[in-house]
Amino acid sequence: MAAVSGTEMGREPELLLETRGLSRHFGGLTAVDGVDFQLRRGEVRALIGPNGAGKTTFVSLLSGRIRPSAGAIAFEGRDVTRLKAHARVARGIAYTFQITSVFQALSARENVMLAVQRRLTRGLFGPSHASLAAEADSALARVGLAGRADEASGNLSYGHQRLLEVAMGLGMRPRLLILDEPTQGLSDEEVAAFIALIRELSESATVLLIEHNMHVVMGLADRITVLDRGRVLAEGAPEAIRADEAVQRAYLGG
Amino acid sequence: MSESTAVLSTPPAAPPTARILGLHLGVLAVLFALHFVLPDYHHISLSRIMVLACFAMGYNLAFGYSGLLSLGHAMFFAAGLYAAGLVAQFADIAAPGGFLIGVAAAALVALTLGAIALRTGGVSFMIVTLMFAQAVFLIIYYFGTYTRGDEGFVVPDAMRVLLGLDLADPTVRYMTALALFAACLMGSLALARSNLGRVLIAIRENEDRARMLGYDVYRYKLTALTLSAVMAGAAGAAYGLLFGYVGASFASIQYSIYPLLWVLMGGAGTVLGPFLGTVLMFYLVDLTSAATTAYLLVVGLVLIALILFFPKGILGTVRERYLPWLP
Amino acid sequence: MDFGPYFLLASLEGAVGAAVLAVTALGLSLVFGVMRIVNVAHGEFFMLGAVIAWWVASLIGIHPAVGFLAALVVSPLVVGSVAILAERTVLSRLHYDPEATIVATIGMLYVIQQAVLMTYGPEARPVQPPFDFRIQLPWFGYSAYKLFVILAAVVLLLAVWWGLTRTRLGLMMRATQIDRETARAFAIPVDRVYAGVFAVGAALAALGAVLVVPVQQAHYLMGHDPLLLSFITVIIGGLGSLRGTVLAAVIIGMSDGIISVFFSPTLAKIIATLAVAMVLVARPQGLFGERAP
Repeated sequence: MAAVSGTEMGREPELLLETRGLSRHFGGLTAVDGVDFQLRRGEVRALIGPNGAGKTTFVSLLSGRIRPSAGAIAFEGRDVTRLKAHARVARGIAYTFQITSVFQALSARENVMLAVQRRLTRGLFGPSHASLAAEADSALARVGLAGRADEASGNLSYGHQRLLEVAMGLGMRPRLLILDEPTQGLSDEEVAAFIALIRELSESATVLLIEHNMHVVMGLADRITVLDRGRVLAEGAPEAIRADEAVQRAYLGG
Repeated sequence: MSESTAVLSTPPAAPPTARILGLHLGVLAVLFALHFVLPDYHHISLSRIMVLACFAMGYNLAFGYSGLLSLGHAMFFAAGLYAAGLVAQFADIAAPGGFLIGVAAAALVALTLGAIALRTGGVSFMIVTLMFAQAVFLIIYYFGTYTRGDEGFVVPDAMRVLLGLDLADPTVRYMTALALFAACLMGSLALARSNLGRVLIAIRENEDRARMLGYDVYRYKLTALTLSAVMAGAAGAAYGLLFGYVGASFASIQYSIYPLLWVLMGGAGTVLGPFLGTVLMFYLVDLTSAATTAYLLVVGLVLIALILFFPKGILGTVRERYLPWLP
Repeated sequence: MDFGPYFLLASLEGAVGAAVLAVTALGLSLVFGVMRIVNVAHGEFFMLGAVIAWWVASLIGIHPAVGFLAALVVSPLVVGSVAILAERTVLSRLHYDPEATIVATIGMLYVIQQAVLMTYGPEARPVQPPFDFRIQLPWFGYSAYKLFVILAAVVLLLAVWWGLTRTRLGLMMRATQIDRETARAFAIPVDRVYAGVFAVGAALAALGAVLVVPVQQAHYLMGHDPLLLSFITVIIGGLGSLRGTVLAAVIIGMSDGIISVFFSPTLAKIIATLAVAMVLVARPQGLFGERAP
């Protein structure tokens, strides 16, 4: 049921996620500075900005990996600011790591099974091994890793590990999928396949993606938010952002 | 402890169930058969080893599968031992009741002290568990009026009775130890292959990632530690009732380090490893202590040699090189 | 005795304990801070230091002071050499993996302890203090040697501080502590630094033992308590923080001395261990450690 897209149902609110005055300080450093941010259901949003703009910190606040110093986060109209990370995942916020972090010693299938298992576990009773494996295999097939299900994930190539991460994201059937630099380190071919995959994925989930590769951003994003020094510098459609002078200054002028 | 447990490895997916079941039932069958052939000395040794191996298997659930490096498991063993022993001594509660009370006591210690210790991680977790176990050890001394401290006490024979059978009788004792061992072994096997086991391994491998898959890591760790303590406590209670002696040395640091050694020697995160390690260490100590009072010297040397050349333990190495399906 | 003098006596006893603890725990802290490993054999280095001190003192029978001074030099050198041997042959081959290192140092604990049992035997043997007179206070007399222990510990701590901040070796140690890979890139011989740190850590334990052995006899099982107390001290002080270690040693040593004078020692120990555990739970970075960013 987590996978049902709200836009088609019509009765769920248009707004999926909203932050108000979201801030995070590290000692004297302000990584995220009073960000007001809104994400509509069903869109693909790219988050861009120069290095150190606070992108990863911002999505970490959304996913609950770190606590905000100030401000509030609402998901599907409910305040989740104080909710722990694992509980936010249960609500439908999935986060894939910037650095590949699959469970190296486990097989690709077991990695995805872990993603599926939490969703299907009710109370004490979990799903059967067979049903988990079947669903994991179908997620692996969608990312093109069907043939590698039994391999220890630590032995997979880097590109395949990134795909495995996406398969784990699929297995969780999130409402919001946060991808932190998913195409970093991938070859051009792999990037092209990745764009197609995200496009397919975005039909069932809202996607928020941090990305440096402007080709990926322009090819995928419905809207772009530009962060600079912890603040929102600009927000709009890809063409508008491309033409924005402030954005160009932030990127080119440093 | 996610990074530091990288030395451990795990079974691949879809292991051949029949072969695995066959292996473990085979081990149990061999142990059953040994009852009829072993000379007295080794017969009683093996009874002891099987009970201690339950302690080791309990430790393995925490350390081997969940990555919780505890240096205080003696508190769980001692909780089972003393609870069963004290109720036999002062409340005339005999074996089955005493055993259950022992297990409950260990679970209670895990759910209180363990729950607090799990608020930390890594080196801090090691030290906190060490401290708690030390406190338990000292508490045993502090209530020396009842526990008789270092000297300990003998469990009354009248209380060492299970279903009308005398637990002091070698055959009854051996079979009771084997039954407990079988329960712990098959329990470990079932857990290792269950959904819960998979989550525990995931937490051991990468705690942060497991959390971001939506698992309440703290709850899972507490579950693992409690199950671990239940096995350790069962071993402690059984030890007291089967061998009839309760003493503070079983609560000392030595008895927190032993299960770690047994598990590491046999192979952390393997189902049979704890038993193998317990057997080898037991006989290593036994043989060398016959030769010298400084028998722990040999133990130390062997320990260093093992960690240098077999860092994954015996079965961990075997699994890596020869039998990838080994659970 | 009235409460005041009694408290003074307890404080003095506590200060002696704190002084020895500070020196010993500093060794453990240094090893943990730079090498990121927990040395379970630290207490055995302490014990070895005491036993060697007895040996040296009994071989040189001229005057207790000569024997003591010789022990003060020989004991840390021998123990440091043993540590270098252990580091080169075992720890370096384990690549300082935290778990493997703990197991290996447990092995070392047994090896050292049992080797001493085989050679030195199970007896407890005293070492004569270098000088033997009591300073008479208005309420009680107090051993001058114990006061010397406090002074010697302060001098040792200052020497370590000087060594770490003012010498090339100290600089290399601190660079390695901050970032091993960068240190390697700057051509710091990390392997040798590690061996050196492990030796210095063990030598500090030995020095602590030489100071204490005229007050407390040398025995092959004497390493247990210093290990436990050093653990507590290093943890409370904040892992890797040398300043925190010294501060924690003073507090723990003092309170240990004072509490055990007024309460049953067992109860005092129970309270102390539980308190330490709770501090660790509430503030994993130690009481004086910096909160991780």
